[in-house]
Amino acid sequence: MDPFLTSRIVSDILTGLTNGVIYGLLALSLVLVWRSTRILNFAQGAMPMLATYVGMVVFAHQLSYWTLVIVSIVAGFAIGGVTERVLVRHLYGKPEINPIVVMVGFLIVLEGVAAAIWSTTPRGTPSPFSPIDWQLNGRPIALSAFSVYEIVTALVVMIGVAALFRFTKLGLQLRASALAPEVSRLLGVRVSRMLTFGWILSTGVGTICTVLVASNFFTGLTPQVMDGIFAFGFIAAAVGGLDSPVGAIVSGVAIGIILQFVGDYVNSNAIMITALIILIISLMVRPNGLFTKSTARRV
Amino acid sequence: MIAIERLSVSFGAVQALRDVSFRAETGKITAVLGSNGAGKTTLLRTISGLKEPTSGTITFDEHSLVAMKPENIARLGVGHVPEGRGVISEFTVEENLRLGAMMAKVDLATGLDEQYEQFPVLGERRKQHAAKLSGGERQMLAMARALIAKPSLLLLDEPSLGLAPLVTAQLMHTIHDLCASKNLTVILVEQNASTALRISDHAVILHLGRVVANDVKSNIVADENLRQYYLGMVN
Repeated sequence: MDPFLTSRIVSDILTGLTNGVIYGLLALSLVLVWRSTRILNFAQGAMPMLATYVGMVVFAHQLSYWTLVIVSIVAGFAIGGVTERVLVRHLYGKPEINPIVVMVGFLIVLEGVAAAIWSTTPRGTPSPFSPIDWQLNGRPIALSAFSVYEIVTALVVMIGVAALFRFTKLGLQLRASALAPEVSRLLGVRVSRMLTFGWILSTGVGTICTVLVASNFFTGLTPQVMDGIFAFGFIAAAVGGLDSPVGAIVSGVAIGIILQFVGDYVNSNAIMITALIILIISLMVRPNGLFTKSTARRV
Repeated sequence: MIAIERLSVSFGAVQALRDVSFRAETGKITAVLGSNGAGKTTLLRTISGLKEPTSGTITFDEHSLVAMKPENIARLGVGHVPEGRGVISEFTVEENLRLGAMMAKVDLATGLDEQYEQFPVLGERRKQHAAKLSGGERQMLAMARALIAKPSLLLLDEPSLGLAPLVTAQLMHTIHDLCASKNLTVILVEQNASTALRISDHAVILHLGRVVANDVKSNIVADENLRQYYLGMVN
């Protein structure tokens, strides 16, 4: 058999891809919030974390993994919607620093609450898919049933979000509300509901991402489980352009693969520094992001 | 029919409209004329709910529009084509129209066909982004987007702004025809008084937020003082 599939380069690409789709999903959820409400949500990892703990409570009652997934997503929708209505609504039109401070504060509160209720000990929420790499002629390929599950789920979510925006009435109204809120209202669009829906959708996507991370045998669920992913997802969103869902995903995957190579060929301590260097260079060269067509817009 | 009674609007200490009263009759075009800063745009924005009045009433087909949200006013059948047209440049022509048709009672395909028949150039460019349209085409798109929802009241804010005289003439002709054929009530805000008066039935002249004239077109046109001092029309 061809040893190519088990070579170091292909292994790094596959591992990077698996990590990258997770960063891409988190970046996508950040973009969904940014596009609809122009708020950089620093609690974008913590809100889904809380939702996943809610799902885990159900899981602990001996219900199936898929019940955990569904309950988590529904909890994610609810947390997103309530956060927008109760907390975020008061931040619209305020100086840019206000939402940043409030959302960082919210992140700390959510992680504190989760730690107080469920402790910081990792909770296993194992998926039905094995995390053990497949083998080819006795040598491992950097792919397992679990990583395929991650990649396929991410793909389905991305295609679903793209189809929602492109082909449905709801998607058209969401896009219109983000681009031209006043005109949309004059055409009968309930813009305020669309903003809430933007947060519901984004927290839902974030929750799917978090469930995947927490289902990983090697990670488990902790209150801080999304902190690192948020950092890479945020960098992916900024590099791709905060307005561009496609940019978020492509950058997420690219960053996942680049960082995997850096970790493998250089040093795993160089991963974070490399990510920050990518961010700095991209902000210097294309401050609006690689995939953003429009220029800065303040509404 | 829409009746506006003693409407006052202010922006902080600045009063933009003072005790404005007039009616726009069903199936007629009422022109609202006046110079820059007269309060014309504020009047339309207040009718469609984007600005809250400090006092006064707005009654449209027995509904009081004051304190209603813009999206609910739109759903009552008020179409507002804002100043600068408000076409969404990032959307294609068809997406702009689909957005306009969101609350229409008619079938989307029928609605689109009607608008493409009325404005053939939009049909030719249906897949193009609105950013690529010329000024006149953007105005047509903005009109079509309002019309596809089958409004009974159409608010037009300076539709001739930035258009060549020939395009303006065609546009005014279209507005006149639409009003007659669909029994639309139109409030047409214009700085270009002579163009607007050509097609309107009734005219209201605003000056610094007050109504200085409110009459049928023939009387407005016949009044030399109005023509000279408020409309800048010299024989």
